[in-house]
Amino acid sequence: MTTRQNGRPSQLFRNLNAKIASIPMVLTALVVFLGGTAWTVLYSFTSSKLLPRLNFVGLDQYERLWAAPRWMTAIENLAIYGFLSLIFSLVIGFLLAALLDQKIRFEDTFRTIFLYPFALSFIVTGLIWQWLLNPDFGFQGVVRQLGWESFTFNPLYNAEIVIYGILIAGLWQGTGLVMCLMLAGLRGIDEDIWKAARVDGIPMWKTYLFIVIPMMRPVFITTLVIIASGIVRVYDLVVAQTSGGPGIASEVPAKYVYDYMFAAQNLGQGFAASTMMLLTVAIVIVPWAYFEFGRRRHV
Amino acid sequence: MSDHAALNVAAAGFDAIAEEVSGPRGAKPRRVLSRRNIFLYGTLILIAVYYLLPLYVMFVTSLKGMPEIRLGNIFAPPVEITFEPWVKAWATACTGLNCDGLSRGFWNSVRITVPSVIVSIIIASVNGYALANWRFKGADIFFIILIVGAFIPYQVMIYPIVIILREMGLYGSLWGLVIVHSIFGMPILTLLFRNYFASVPEELFKAARVDGAGFWAIYFKIMLPMALPIFVVAIILQVTGIWNDFLFGVIYTKPDTYPMTVQLNNIVNSVQGVKEYNVNMAATILTGLVPLIVYFASGRLFVRGIAAGAVKG
Amino acid sequence: MSSVSVKDLSLNFGHISVLKDLNLDIAEGEFLVLLGPSGCGKSTLLNCIAGLLDISDGQIFIKGKNVTWEEPKDRGIGMVFQSYALYPQMTVKGNLTFGLKNAGVAKDEIERRVARTADILQIQPLLERKPSQLSGGQRQRVAIGRALVRDVDVFLFDEPLSNLDAKLRSELRVEIKRLHQKLANTMIYVTHDQIEALTLADRIAVMKGGLIQQLDTPHAIYNHPVNRFVAGFIGSPGMNFLEGQLETGAGAVVKIGNMPVPIDRYVFSGSSQQHTGATVLGIRPEHIAFGDGAGAMPFSHEVDIEIVEPMGSDTLVWTRLDGQSLSFRVEAERPLQAGDRVRIGFDPARASLFDSATGNRI
Repeated sequence: MTTRQNGRPSQLFRNLNAKIASIPMVLTALVVFLGGTAWTVLYSFTSSKLLPRLNFVGLDQYERLWAAPRWMTAIENLAIYGFLSLIFSLVIGFLLAALLDQKIRFEDTFRTIFLYPFALSFIVTGLIWQWLLNPDFGFQGVVRQLGWESFTFNPLYNAEIVIYGILIAGLWQGTGLVMCLMLAGLRGIDEDIWKAARVDGIPMWKTYLFIVIPMMRPVFITTLVIIASGIVRVYDLVVAQTSGGPGIASEVPAKYVYDYMFAAQNLGQGFAASTMMLLTVAIVIVPWAYFEFGRRRHV
Repeated sequence: MSDHAALNVAAAGFDAIAEEVSGPRGAKPRRVLSRRNIFLYGTLILIAVYYLLPLYVMFVTSLKGMPEIRLGNIFAPPVEITFEPWVKAWATACTGLNCDGLSRGFWNSVRITVPSVIVSIIIASVNGYALANWRFKGADIFFIILIVGAFIPYQVMIYPIVIILREMGLYGSLWGLVIVHSIFGMPILTLLFRNYFASVPEELFKAARVDGAGFWAIYFKIMLPMALPIFVVAIILQVTGIWNDFLFGVIYTKPDTYPMTVQLNNIVNSVQGVKEYNVNMAATILTGLVPLIVYFASGRLFVRGIAAGAVKG
Repeated sequence: MSSVSVKDLSLNFGHISVLKDLNLDIAEGEFLVLLGPSGCGKSTLLNCIAGLLDISDGQIFIKGKNVTWEEPKDRGIGMVFQSYALYPQMTVKGNLTFGLKNAGVAKDEIERRVARTADILQIQPLLERKPSQLSGGQRQRVAIGRALVRDVDVFLFDEPLSNLDAKLRSELRVEIKRLHQKLANTMIYVTHDQIEALTLADRIAVMKGGLIQQLDTPHAIYNHPVNRFVAGFIGSPGMNFLEGQLETGAGAVVKIGNMPVPIDRYVFSGSSQQHTGATVLGIRPEHIAFGDGAGAMPFSHEVDIEIVEPMGSDTLVWTRLDGQSLSFRVEAERPLQAGDRVRIGFDPARASLFDSATGNRI
């Protein structure tokens, strides 16, 4: 850099208004997002109970965490819920989008219907499905009333399958969003591709499978990241639908964190558990961020 | 430079959804009653029924009396319509010792949502404008932290925020929650506004500068009048998002100031007394009503909003 | 006193150098065109002069005042943009008065200036309309008006006609020239269109890669381009370039293949007369004589016609000389066909010689 001529105003005061307008962003980014995260990670190595204290105990909290059956259940549930809801919402979301992309009439109406659950609170969704899955009056009750006395579909009161009951509700609420993202992806594909495929006599399912879906890879990746980061946070739905029950059968990590921080007054455990959540998200986000941002930097 | 480009790519994905209204692209429709059409519409209608069923069940349950619920079928329409459950849910349902129904939660939610929406949108729109048009050194770094921060689980940040709010004397108050909503709404709203303002032709901004307009004059006189649609999108996004929030409400408010979702959960999942399913369902509908009205009234703008808001998860 | 003066101006974006040590002196009332291909830095330079970009190094003076770090509004400039950049929510009048209101100009003075501007540009009937209700040509008039109403000494035009169709473009081009003759303001005009540059400019600065290649009158740039880039960029159809060998000594010639082109009447630039070896001879299509006149030229030769392109007012004929492609112009009435054998010739005094290696004029 060459030397500056005289009269160049101080860089600090150039664009001063823009800097003032960005103060909330800077504070949020530095204090809450970076600072808060670092603080929690730091205190996860302490034995804080009711109040945060800096008496370090190394990895004690983590050892206790991974020895806790409740945490193991929560992790197992998250894995099942996460894996299945990723697969199902991607598949169902894509199929719905493909159906809506067939130049149908009333497309807007169908889309409005498929998407409306997404406008609802997880609490509302959880309570609706709690009612629908009620063993006495819900699906099970209705089928039994029809005469099939031995019919059993009672996920919310069966510890073995309770997480699938939550999955049903989660999919009902979330697939509309995936459908919207997929539809946007489909509409982003050049119409000439379809024309070319038709001229070449390629059947529709093959066009989707071998041409359209590979072209939609960025949309799939974005959607995947969005669903995945939502899955890790799943909390309200469980609280409303089962409160973690029966017993601890439907516990999830976010609920574990909340309970230890605010109910059990064992902050250290809560911090350790939330740090593990952060780690889980990082495993999803970092490769994606590297893929999205890092790769382009070299081009 | 490259960071900017990458963010733009990420953002373009969301913006593409906005363009998604351009029209269908699939194969061409043929005769009305072809086998293909019967299959297509049949499938769509079946799925639509599945999606609508819960809403229907909720509605009919809320209009039945308890005896009818115990004996009947949840899918059956009410034999005898009663609005008693709605009245009870609104005015007299109990949470703990309070028996003044959901109305208190409703008004709390209004008191939380209105200032949160206003504050968060003001902050984010000005910030997005600064990022798009008045770029200064280092701004991009904070913006990237902000966007990446949107993916950090809230659980990692909730306790430090408790401490900050306690230090400010705002823990447990409505204004504390307003701050929390403004913080967590910031990434997506800033992205939304930044992308919008970046799409405004740069020459317009240059012309205004030659005309002697400064930071605020350009914002209020040039940008704001052009950005009204995006403000509507932001309002839709925030009203539904904040109204539906449960986690922040339960952490940062006290029973007196609990938002509607928290109160609803307390009413329905309270262990005391006999379960009144009709009241529960009426309460659930009441809580879902505001976002549903916003959803059905806003149509495509909602799609645009959630496409951007999808980051929020 | 020069009206606008740029001294040692450099601009870097990170490690990329966009403008390199530019110097430019523009006289009072001069019409200067910055011409070059996209990415050459011409618009960037204009934005620096306007104060819309912070420069990395150097100084900018307007009317003798150092404005390097002044805000755009304090530089005494008006600017017209390619996309018109009219404020969509304001009426035409609102667009014209926005800057004046910001500057706190008195109300009756505003009215007076708007009336005068509207009169000059004949946009009185449009004053109450919104930009969306105007045609492209009308919009650009209003955009010019917005610069005019500021009553400034220096007008900056950033490709103002590029968004218009060909017919409107030539109409407004004449109008801008008329405006300049009437107001006698200093005008700096950015374009990639050489016709605009040649027709409007008092002087043209041809730019490439962040550097000014040549700054001179349109006539000089057309007839004496300083390098091969300028020679090729100006003129349509473009200049012919023939590779050859320069042989000095008794009767200097450029040998195109084995054909010697005598260049004893060619005026060498500066001290580069010592040059020998690989040389490019540039000759404009309109400087090649054909038919009867060709034989009288210092150089002439018989060639076969390959392609005939009638262009309306005249015809462009493509042929080969020593295997190298060559075009020349003939009147439209000439009945020529591919395959005809004709004689062409030119006066090397009208040609330009360039060093093959550096591309510079010799």
